[in-house]
Amino acid sequence: MNMPPPEVTLRGILAQAGDLSASMLHGAGRSVPLEAAARSTGFERREDFRDCSVLIAADDQLTTALILIELDGIARRVVLCPPGLTEEHLGSIIRQAEIDTIICGNDPAECSKHGTARVISYGEPNRSASLATEPARETEWILTTSGTTGAPKLVTHTLLGLVGAIRPTRAGARPVAWATFYDIRRYGGLQIFLRAMVDGSSMILSHADEPLDTHLQRLARCSVTHISGTPSHWRRVLMSPKRSLITPEYVRLSGEIADQALLNALKEAFAPAGVSHAYASTEAGVAFNVVDGLEGFPVSFVSQSRGADVEMKVVDGSLRIRSDRTARGYIGIPDQFHDSDGFVETGDMVEQRGSRYHFVGRRGGIINVGGLKVHPEQVESIINTHPAVRMSRVSARKSPITGALVQAEIVLDREASAGAAAIEAEISALCRAKLPPHQVPSRVTIVDQLAVTSGGKLVRRNG
Amino acid sequence: MSVRSSILTAIEEIAAAQKKNLAPLTDDLALTNSGLDSLCFALLVARLEDETGRDPFSESDEVSFPITLGEFIALYEHAPA
Repeated sequence: MNMPPPEVTLRGILAQAGDLSASMLHGAGRSVPLEAAARSTGFERREDFRDCSVLIAADDQLTTALILIELDGIARRVVLCPPGLTEEHLGSIIRQAEIDTIICGNDPAECSKHGTARVISYGEPNRSASLATEPARETEWILTTSGTTGAPKLVTHTLLGLVGAIRPTRAGARPVAWATFYDIRRYGGLQIFLRAMVDGSSMILSHADEPLDTHLQRLARCSVTHISGTPSHWRRVLMSPKRSLITPEYVRLSGEIADQALLNALKEAFAPAGVSHAYASTEAGVAFNVVDGLEGFPVSFVSQSRGADVEMKVVDGSLRIRSDRTARGYIGIPDQFHDSDGFVETGDMVEQRGSRYHFVGRRGGIINVGGLKVHPEQVESIINTHPAVRMSRVSARKSPITGALVQAEIVLDREASAGAAAIEAEISALCRAKLPPHQVPSRVTIVDQLAVTSGGKLVRRNG
Repeated sequence: MSVRSSILTAIEEIAAAQKKNLAPLTDDLALTNSGLDSLCFALLVARLEDETGRDPFSESDEVSFPITLGEFIALYEHAPA
């Protein structure tokens, strides 16, 4: 086992982040000063976890964050248990990741059901502990992939790879306070948590049970400056009457395709905030960040990437990525996502238009209309340009004639004033003007809301 | 509105929306000569399913595909077996 330099542990990063005295970790119910989080321990003896394979099954994100700070550099492996797992999937994770220790939430009995692993609860982080003086080892960080129907796959990262894309945030007039609508137990949210740790800045954690309006009020109270979420998260924010409470300096989108209509709406709602969209995935890591306010990304990102930190190529229309930040692999499954040159096949389809690549959808999400392909995301990006539309979902409708037809569901902006029938007709006309006939929705239905997964992405029936 | 007249209305509206030149709609008109392409038929069948709750093409595994407009209308006029 290679010994990494001692500073590449989470506590090492915090020790180098400078003055932490004004920074806080804000959970939904309580807050912990970052200085205390960096130093204190809620365990009897941190050394009890040396070289262990630990499942972090805390109830909330704040406790998860504290445990990560404690155990990185000590445990052999930490597994971030996402919220809402079924018992069956939990059991499968424990077996696959060879878990010997479970750090549980409020219900230790629940965790004890799963075999012989010892079950430990995390206390108040007030027992004094030494600073980062223990010998450090490299800890594997295991994330689960979301959105699949079977058992979650376990994706192995290292802290070095996870923080590889992070540069210190430039502070504006106010001290930096990061927030994300994601859960930090998933890749997108973990990135933001690690950003805050590299900055030594405050971080406001989300909570699944907290209504959006309450969450926005809390973000405002904690003086949030930098916020990250998926396009679906942001569309919900734009629909909230409380959106004017927050005045972020930086708005970041990732995890789904950011279309021009949404980018424009965010720029208008939060001016003069910078609005950028990043491309990242659990497997491929963070690849790039687009800051020019336009959808898609410059072709030069790919054509000039040879030898760069992140190398990219487009094969059969989909993006492939090679970098130190890609995951090492899945646990227990032969390497499926690196090609023979070490590139990760992302499954995200791109199309070149002029000097830009545009994301058009997922390889598996294509709707086949009589042999013609339709990317739901591409149709959604047209529908979303209608001023009355806040969110849309395009899906397949079975057809005995062409196999499938395209259909759309839309959520209207709360200020939309026209009648439903008029808006449906306008959207059909808009799509007919902008799209080839087979991509035009055969039916447009207005719905109150569209479900979003716990990972912040639009729920799609075909995954 | 009768089944026949709602089918004819739907055909005319879909042809207009898809900018297709429609042949005169007589019962012996061969569907392949109607001016409607397969996307138009898919849209027509989907719309009729929404309006009537019926999709005769999927109701059984043995559908004899209609050749003429009259046969197409007959599929909808006859209750499912």
